[in-house]
Amino acid sequence: MALLEIENLHAGIGEIEILKGVSLSVQKGEVHAIMGPNGSGKSTLAHVLAGHTAYTIFEGSINFDGSTLLEMLPEFRARAGLFLSFQHPVEISGVRFDQFLRASYNSIRKSQNEPELDPIQFNKVLKDKLGQFEIDPAFIQRNVNEGFSGGEKKRMEIFQMALLEPKLAILDETDSGLDVDALREVANGINNFRNPDHAIVLVTHYQRILNYLTPDFVHVLMDGRIVKSGNADLARQIEEHGYDDFLEISRTNEK
Amino acid sequence: MTAQKSTSPDSYDKAFSLINPIDIPWVDALRRSAFKKFQELGLPTQRRGNEPWKYTDIRKLAKHEFQPVLEHKTVSDQVVRDHSIIAGPSHLAVFIDGTFSPSHSSVNDLPKGANFSSLASAFHSQDILVEDKISRYSGYKAEAFTALNTAFIEDGAIITLTAGTVVKAPIHLLFITTSHKHEVAIHPRIFVHLEESSSASIIESHTGIQGNVYLSNAVAELLIDSNARLNYYKLQRHPTNAFHITNTEAIVNRDGYFSCVNIDLGGDIVRNNLNTRMAGEGASTKLNGLYLTTDKQHVDNQVIIEHIKGNTRARELYKGILDGQSRSVFHGSIIVREGASGVDAYQVDKNLLLSNQAEADTKPAFWVYTDDVKCGHGAACGQIDDDAVFYLRSRGLDEITARQLLIHGFIAEVIDSIENPDLRDHVSDLVHSKLEQWLLV
Ligand SMILES: Nc1ncnc2c1ncn2[C@@H]1O[C@H](COP(=O)(O)OP(=O)(O)OP(=O)(O)O)[C@@H](O)[C@H]1O
Ligand SMILES: [Mg+2]
Repeated sequence: MALLEIENLHAGIGEIEILKGVSLSVQKGEVHAIMGPNGSGKSTLAHVLAGHTAYTIFEGSINFDGSTLLEMLPEFRARAGLFLSFQHPVEISGVRFDQFLRASYNSIRKSQNEPELDPIQFNKVLKDKLGQFEIDPAFIQRNVNEGFSGGEKKRMEIFQMALLEPKLAILDETDSGLDVDALREVANGINNFRNPDHAIVLVTHYQRILNYLTPDFVHVLMDGRIVKSGNADLARQIEEHGYDDFLEISRTNEK
Repeated sequence: MTAQKSTSPDSYDKAFSLINPIDIPWVDALRRSAFKKFQELGLPTQRRGNEPWKYTDIRKLAKHEFQPVLEHKTVSDQVVRDHSIIAGPSHLAVFIDGTFSPSHSSVNDLPKGANFSSLASAFHSQDILVEDKISRYSGYKAEAFTALNTAFIEDGAIITLTAGTVVKAPIHLLFITTSHKHEVAIHPRIFVHLEESSSASIIESHTGIQGNVYLSNAVAELLIDSNARLNYYKLQRHPTNAFHITNTEAIVNRDGYFSCVNIDLGGDIVRNNLNTRMAGEGASTKLNGLYLTTDKQHVDNQVIIEHIKGNTRARELYKGILDGQSRSVFHGSIIVREGASGVDAYQVDKNLLLSNQAEADTKPAFWVYTDDVKCGHGAACGQIDDDAVFYLRSRGLDEITARQLLIHGFIAEVIDSIENPDLRDHVSDLVHSKLEQWLLV
């Protein structure tokens, strides 16, 4: 059985339909890249998967690890092993990263009937994980994302993924806005996470992240539909020719 | 049911005739003069042309006929412990219904150079300092509630530190009002004088026992000499049917430092007038405030900082969390007098609205009569950010925990400004449990 099975998903904001029939099947161990022009619905798909309450579901179903995802609250999806790395991580004043991460980590442990960690135990876990990243430990004492640069926020998202060890990570443009070093670090983080039990859905505009981690599948999302699926070559084709090649398919789907 | 009385200070005539006489000529004269002034001024109930009370309608308060406390009650040690704040070391002075209670207090252990005296005993010891200083700084001639307090002056706290004295543990003035058959008013009076280069932390906390309506009307005069440092905390957690008015007057002299954290967690109508005069070069002040209101509570903070001398610095940060149909008012005025160059002043008021029916009015104002000043202000009013809630939930936190975390984040700056760790923890716990109740309904 697939880890994630999206069938004919129609979703949007209010009455407006943004996703117009998306189907996607992701098995454990796979890396799927989703590419597509601005406004095609990639972040909408990511948000709907994570359970953002602002979206309306018109039609379709999503199965995640044996559960009906659409019936679950966002926090239960997270506890079931779904993780979203945000395209635009929110800044939260007055809440420190270590405080937030411990609450997050413990909420997941608790749901798995494992004992929660006190601050001292948790700091050890944090330190271990930080060792695998080139993240300044001082960042952990700062308020969540507050005053972080775009690239720093993305690195922290990947750090959170590594810490929480979800079954499925949806990475919404985690590679955007990174300098070369940060890109390598983020790619390493993703590669370290990659294993036969984990799956990754990577939303990206660029081939360059795919130089570090070869996707098993590449999908092209246009106007709320997956218009083409293929292997890593598809990403190279897009890099060279843009999305024009797929406009025709997208228009035919319209009818 | 009794007919509702019109808003007239007449109802205080009877109360004034009932107060315990004080057989000291100057005190008696002060009381009479203040009462006369109060009668002239009347309670500021007018709804027109009454700018300082524009957003705070006290007609509800004015309908009550508050009487002085005539029947003196005792409370158990347990009650005092329940209302006390500090877990760690402190010098505690307890006042029951406005009257100093030595048996509950522990102010005898102050270090050399520091002195605590109840106002009543100071009156009787003919302390010249008291006669000289009391009411010199608080303007009872212009402010009705200060006049009322002065007319009913009876007891309170006098704290003095001689030059260079350092008091480490906070001095905690705990005012507990009990419930009475009659609706009572208490008028606590505080006078603090920190002489040159001395320093202290003082907590003025007001609380009460749920029961009949009462009025708590406090006046504090805080005199900070050159190079002295005062960390002042005001914590109010009356039952929600009590009225609470405070007039706090601080004078900060050369290179002196005054910080005040004003926390309101209870009360029906609450009004805090905080006037800080920067009277000497190099003086600085940090004024922080926090208010949590729900149902029909109303909290009004009027904060005036007057920069009389140059090179003085002021930082002001107030934050409020409003639920229900509650309302908050913040008026911050920064006045920079002629010739006071090099002033650096900044004021911020931010409110978080948890309900659509809550309302926050914020008005920062500047009156600058000199060039070469740095003044700024900030204001914000909004609801909890849904995207932030989603972000936290997407990491496994349930919705209530997420909201709580965000609310706590919102006020963290103010809580963190409480330098005393015991008080900080205590306030944080109080705020925590209050918010928990709100969010669970
Ligand atoms: N709250 C909203 N109200 C109205 N329209 C919205 C809202 N959120 C998204 N949309 C619209 O839905 C469409 C898809 O947006 P989405 O953010 O999913 O695009 P995307 O593929 O992630 O784009 P990008 O590559 O720029 O990140 C866009 O046209 C966007 O304007
Ligand atoms: Mg997007």
